[in-house]
Amino acid sequence: MSLLDVDGLTVEFPTRRGVLRALDRVSFSIAPGEVLGVVGESGAGKSLTGAAIIGLLEPPGRIAAGQIRLEGGRIDNLSPDRMRRVRGKQVGAIFQDPLTTLNPLYSVGRQLTETMQAHLPLSGPEARRRAVRWLEDVGIPAAAQRIDAYPHEFSGGMRQRVVIALALCAEPRLVIADEPTTALDVSIQAQVIALLKRLTRERGLSVMLVTHDMGVIAEAADRIAVMYAGRVIEIGAVADVVRNPSHPYTVGLMGSIPSLDVRVERLRQIDGAMPRLNAIPPGCPFNPRCPQVFDRCQVERPDLMPARQTEAACWLFDPAPAHG
Amino acid sequence: MAEGRIVLEAIEASRSFDVSRPWLQRMVAREGRRVLRAVDAVSFAVTVGRTLSLVGESGCGKSTVGRLAVGLYEPSGGEIRFEGQSLSTARAQPALRRRMNMIFQDPYASLNPRWRVSDIVAEPIRAFRLLSGRDVQDRVGQLLTQVGLSPRDGEKYPHEFSGGQRQRVSIARALSSEPEFLVCDEPTSALDVSVQAQILNLMRDLQARMQITYLFISHNLAVVRHMSDLLGVMYLGRIVEYGPGESIFAAPRHPYTRLLLDAIPDLGMAGSTRARTPVGGEVPSPINPPSGCTFHPRCPLANARCRAEVPKHTRDGDVLAACHAVEEGRGAG
Ligand SMILES: Nc1ncnc2c1ncn2[C@@H]1O[C@H](COP(=O)(O)OP(=O)(O)OP(=O)(O)O)[C@@H](O)[C@H]1O
Ligand SMILES: Nc1ncnc2c1ncn2[C@@H]1O[C@H](COP(=O)(O)OP(=O)(O)OP(=O)(O)O)[C@@H](O)[C@H]1O
Ligand code: SF4
Ligand code: SF4
Ligand SMILES: [Mg+2]
Ligand SMILES: [Mg+2]
Repeated sequence: MSLLDVDGLTVEFPTRRGVLRALDRVSFSIAPGEVLGVVGESGAGKSLTGAAIIGLLEPPGRIAAGQIRLEGGRIDNLSPDRMRRVRGKQVGAIFQDPLTTLNPLYSVGRQLTETMQAHLPLSGPEARRRAVRWLEDVGIPAAAQRIDAYPHEFSGGMRQRVVIALALCAEPRLVIADEPTTALDVSIQAQVIALLKRLTRERGLSVMLVTHDMGVIAEAADRIAVMYAGRVIEIGAVADVVRNPSHPYTVGLMGSIPSLDVRVERLRQIDGAMPRLNAIPPGCPFNPRCPQVFDRCQVERPDLMPARQTEAACWLFDPAPAHG
Repeated sequence: MAEGRIVLEAIEASRSFDVSRPWLQRMVAREGRRVLRAVDAVSFAVTVGRTLSLVGESGCGKSTVGRLAVGLYEPSGGEIRFEGQSLSTARAQPALRRRMNMIFQDPYASLNPRWRVSDIVAEPIRAFRLLSGRDVQDRVGQLLTQVGLSPRDGEKYPHEFSGGQRQRVSIARALSSEPEFLVCDEPTSALDVSVQAQILNLMRDLQARMQITYLFISHNLAVVRHMSDLLGVMYLGRIVEYGPGESIFAAPRHPYTRLLLDAIPDLGMAGSTRARTPVGGEVPSPINPPSGCTFHPRCPLANARCRAEVPKHTRDGDVLAACHAVEEGRGAG
């Protein structure tokens, strides 16, 4: 059974100019011990998906339809109090903006021990020992000496590592990691990824890993979901999506990665921009930019369907083309 | 590389920060002042229409060099020159100030949350009186379109955008004053690869068309390779390897550059169990840097001389490297 099931998740923002649908029937699941990489156009809804799962959508944003289930039980309709308990104990979160997670008034050690003791039966000294170990695990040098330091005494990259330790220390089953390594250079990045991989192996931790760094995805993820304009448009095993993408957007995305081995005059790019939320075209949302667009794409919306090795939301893969 | 007029030049530029604790606490603990050397005697020169990139681990001083280069920090030693003039004199002239700008690393902190995006982007245009009336709004719409947003996004406030969309707003703002020299501090790390490709292509098109000179900072080495003419590899405030990007990527000389290149994840890893080589050890504290070559605690080639003597830059082909092993010709390859 999967650990997390997201089923038809739809998120809307009511505004003066009408309702904006930012997520539109997003569905995927994550198995125990699995890392699901989430990639896609900036503004596609990756962070919103993460926020909806951990119950931290900012008003006026709201879940308009769909379900989120953790180990079979719904978590999208819990009271704020019960959701707070799920967060931390069952689901940990690493946000895109590290500064919002840390409390500037408390030492790093206090934040770690309090988080652990809120969820695990630990004595004070044991919690402190573990806090030091977590800091070492995320690559903070001289952790035992720095445990009583305050967040502002750490550099940006070090603060991000503390946030990662904080998300993991209560031993949740699932971690939502939104760009956890973007602020980190390659050497620390390698260490953080190795830690996440170890926890998936040893403790069956599941991870939803949002990142723009395809190298990180290739190294860390088991499967990838590709998002575009609030929808999942392709999903599959990491090697298949990276090497053999089916959806024309994914093909364009993989083609625009700069290579370390060859230097080209111009990077390949997908021309145009993702549609604004209030101007998503009918049919396939990628149709204004798609090199393979045909009549049906302008009128009917494709859902995920089997496409070569992956699943893709694209009419090119419909075995029974519509008539007329 | 000697071609072209030099736009920006750093001559042994340094920048220190006083990170002492408050006076009373220092007295109680009987400690002296503590100074952090964020940038230590850095020299480089960028010619017109070219790109110098800086790479190196977090905390090595890249952003500090960027701020020195546009005059947001005064050097505590050495000098920065813009078109041959000392930057402190150049900055006093509004006409020269307009010609340089910076895209900041943190898209969250660098946009005023209470301003509409159109006002944020228009601010340099108004401040330097480049356009007036309706022309301002037209220009703003054009800039937003160039970075892949829509002119109508100008009505919104920063919090209504995703992380990457906010970064595009700050790029549009930096371009709005039509700078000739632009410091780009991690301009695309918040962007997905397709938007990144658009922005990098745009930056290179503008460079070709308007001869813009870039100081480009990124920890994504593939992006750096794509963008740079010149490359500077920084470690603990110093440039340890400097030269044409292509020469350094083809044959890195300095042991640190080699470790950095080995630590990059790549797409070939998809679905495989191969692990990349992490750079061993940690960046030491810049308050108390190691003796001699500051890289020696992590360097596989370190010896007694490295622990005692600071390596000077030596030339190997068109590349400068600060390393005893390179100078002595041992351990290359
Ligand atoms: N408070 C809000 N009001 C209106 N629209 C919003 C609000 N917050 C987010 N959005 C919109 O929702 C969409 C999805 O945003 P989200 O932050 O999930 O993108 P993302 O995929 O994480 O992008 P990035 O890669 O740039 O971080 C964006 O188009 C954004 O403009
Ligand atoms: N205003 C300041 N006061 C005190 N120390 C500072 C200040 N600005 C930078 N530093 C220190 O100077 C060093 C270099 O910082 P800088 O921001 O230039 O690094 P960076 O190479 O840009 O790192 P990153 O890749 O994390 O952005 C760090 O040790 C940092 O803590
Ligand atoms: S459905 Fe049509 S427009 Fe959409 S991606 Fe497929 S071919 Fe392109
Ligand atoms: S000088 Fe010595 S320690 Fe420094 S990089 Fe060269 S070999 Fe290594
Ligand atoms: Mg996001
Ligand atoms: Mg920086």
